[in-house]
Amino acid sequence: MEHHEEQKHHGTHVISYGRYLLIWLGLLSLTGITVALSGLDLGQWIIITAMTIASIKTLLVANIFMHLKFEDRMFRVFVLVAVVTLLIFIVLTFFDYAFR
Amino acid sequence: MTTSAFVTEATEPDFYHVRTKHKGILAWVLSTDHKRIGILYLVTMAFFFLTAVLLGLLMRLEMLTPGKTIVEPQAYNTFFTLHGIMMIFLFIIPGLPAVFGNFMMPILIGAKDVFFPRLNLLSWWLFLIGGILALVSVFLPGGAADTGWTFYVPYSVRTTTNVLPALLAAFTLGFSSILTGLNFITTIHRMRAPGMSWFRMPLFVWSLYATAWIQVLATPIVGITLLLVSLERLFGVGIFDPALGGDPVLYQHLFWIYSHPAVYIMILPGLGVVSEILPVFARRTIFGYKFIAYSSLAIAFVGSLVWAHHMFTVGMSNTGVFVFSFLTFLVSIPSAIKVFNWIATLYKGSIEVEVPLLFILSFIAQFCIGGFTGLMLGTLAINIHVQDTYFVVGHFHYVMFGGTGFGLFAAMHYWYPKMFGRMYKKGPAVLSWLLLTIGFNVLYFPFFVMGYLGMPRRYYDYLPEFQTSHQISTLGSWILIVGLVIMIANLLISLRKGRRAEANPWGGETLEWKVPSPPPLENFHEIPVITTGPYDYSKYERVVQEAK
Amino acid sequence: MTSGAAAVAQGHGHRDDVGAKLGMWLFLFTELILFGGMFIVYAVYRFSHPTEFHVAATELDTLVGTINTIILLTSSLTVAMSITAIQKGNKWLSFTLVGFTVMLALAFLVNKYFEWGHKFEVGLYPGSAILLNKPPGEILYFGLYYVMTGLHALHVIIGVVVLAGMMMFIAKDKITRHSYVRLEAGGLYWHLVDIIWIFLFPLFYLLH
Repeated sequence: MEHHEEQKHHGTHVISYGRYLLIWLGLLSLTGITVALSGLDLGQWIIITAMTIASIKTLLVANIFMHLKFEDRMFRVFVLVAVVTLLIFIVLTFFDYAFR
Repeated sequence: MTTSAFVTEATEPDFYHVRTKHKGILAWVLSTDHKRIGILYLVTMAFFFLTAVLLGLLMRLEMLTPGKTIVEPQAYNTFFTLHGIMMIFLFIIPGLPAVFGNFMMPILIGAKDVFFPRLNLLSWWLFLIGGILALVSVFLPGGAADTGWTFYVPYSVRTTTNVLPALLAAFTLGFSSILTGLNFITTIHRMRAPGMSWFRMPLFVWSLYATAWIQVLATPIVGITLLLVSLERLFGVGIFDPALGGDPVLYQHLFWIYSHPAVYIMILPGLGVVSEILPVFARRTIFGYKFIAYSSLAIAFVGSLVWAHHMFTVGMSNTGVFVFSFLTFLVSIPSAIKVFNWIATLYKGSIEVEVPLLFILSFIAQFCIGGFTGLMLGTLAINIHVQDTYFVVGHFHYVMFGGTGFGLFAAMHYWYPKMFGRMYKKGPAVLSWLLLTIGFNVLYFPFFVMGYLGMPRRYYDYLPEFQTSHQISTLGSWILIVGLVIMIANLLISLRKGRRAEANPWGGETLEWKVPSPPPLENFHEIPVITTGPYDYSKYERVVQEAK
Repeated sequence: MTSGAAAVAQGHGHRDDVGAKLGMWLFLFTELILFGGMFIVYAVYRFSHPTEFHVAATELDTLVGTINTIILLTSSLTVAMSITAIQKGNKWLSFTLVGFTVMLALAFLVNKYFEWGHKFEVGLYPGSAILLNKPPGEILYFGLYYVMTGLHALHVIIGVVVLAGMMMFIAKDKITRHSYVRLEAGGLYWHLVDIIWIFLFPLFYLLH
């Protein structure tokens, strides 16, 4: 993270309509899958599968719709920092609740 | 620090005297110049600080004797609540970043302003609105909030006092803090002068950068938490209230997830000020630059993992208690790295004793006491014993006031000539330092003793055996206030009467000393090109070598 | 962004779109953590009241939730496409796509209105006698349901205002193929609102 973010530069990146539509279709199918799975009796697995699917959807939206994939690496590092921070907050809170 | 000296001839008017779009007060409250915004923060913050000081002084006076001395118990409850809210949200959190960060950071990195100047102005307005809300909550019918600055549920949901305006004030101030942090991160990433690599940045900027990340990533948690409490008060939504199935301990988790890192929002810029000022008066390159820079980030990170050490006695699981106690000890590592490097910087330096250095020396000593008592509090066996006593109050005043407060005074005396173009009188300044240091320690050291003997915090009344300690402490508050008055009077009088300051009165090497005092509107005629690190005192070191 | 060689922006004069986007992303992080705080509350309460959360969730209509999910995903698509349109210089196509996004957002809100209205009709709202007679876990579930979807809806409303502003900028040529970082920032905000919903949907509607 020296200071290459100033020097290295991506040009204008135009994403085609087709690619967007493809991603959109992917998001809709994932929605369908997660709704369908909720009808099954998965017990404790339901939360894990649902969150996994939601995370995949988020990755699609962030990478393509939000252009994260085409931005400077610094942006992805920052997103990671923010998400990891939130996860740490949740995990550490459960050091209390999971062991009550 | 740069290849060419570029102190400009006084052809360009300084930022006080430039032509502005608006006239009078509007030239200030609508200005997007980072220097003017810094001064705006300074003035508003000083007002809130003095109000909170007054409340503190009254509380000490009340504690002079057991039972009633001057006010009723409920008044005392609102005093400590307002003292806390104002000191924390209106003084220490915005203190160094918003005043000196705003004024100095762009100059220190060789920029003309912050990245989002209008957002910067909005931050100040939100700060002002939040401050006014806090004040208004005192005078509305219902009475000032009496929950303490921590707003613990279920009391904050049930009490009939004006908790809502106070919550709203804290929320608004949090938003202001977030915007400042966001602005600083973007500025530091995008606007450093050519050649100003990360490791050529002054250490104050490093500390602001670490602080800004905490502001952005932790503040929203308290924002939403206070919002949830407000909704619970307004609509009876079941969130934290145990009557509706909620868990008050969860509130405490969320509150401290922000409010412990907030402690590092308060102290990190203070640590940065020490790192900034020490090399100038030691006439030595700072020892262990990279260690100090990284330790700021390390403190910001580890400091975000320790919040539940405020809650060891509230009924957390034992596993949780152990984990958080362990993590708490980890924070001492980066803090100690800083202290060792400061001492090493002073070692064999050509020390020049000026007022800023005196404040810094008090800072280091008091910060160490605050830090060590912090380790004691992180130790489970001791924590159970002194939880919610004066020991805790003593600890955080040593860090927050003895540390950050003195750091702010040091910064004030260090950058005063740059900000106002005048010098203050050294005699009264030294006297005020002496009185502040003595008064501070006489005021707060007895807290450790009383706390250890079991004096609970926030209590209006106390047992007769505590009276001597309380009286010593109250005496300290009077010494402290005299010192404070002398300091402020000296600084105010010098605004008009002080002799004109040259561009570089201290012999500093960082960029702010290479522009005129006070700086022109856009700081630099030409953006400087940086070729060396920030604290290049090799010329002094050579002299010392030759003298041997 | 025209040449992309924005170098280090030096305040006045140079434009620095990367910096502007960086600021926007930092703002999005604060929004993420803001909702994150509520996700922590949700996680803890669901952990301590698992069965009651399941029972309470049966009151919610999966179909309405699914429809709203599709609406938001589609609106994300149209706002993303509007950036491609402006990059290609199709001013009015871009304008229309943002307008379409606004319409979808309004449709989402209408749906939400009827959904909440129905809950109120059957007496499931904070402080209602019916709700207060339920076990604690269900009170907490509905407390969180109202607060989290309510705050999300508030963000949708803010998004509508922001996007309407973008339409105005496009119409007045304040956003053009050479300078569209504002549209990108507005779009980023809208996608975040979408992402929050991507998580809210399974957490509240798919608990059966």
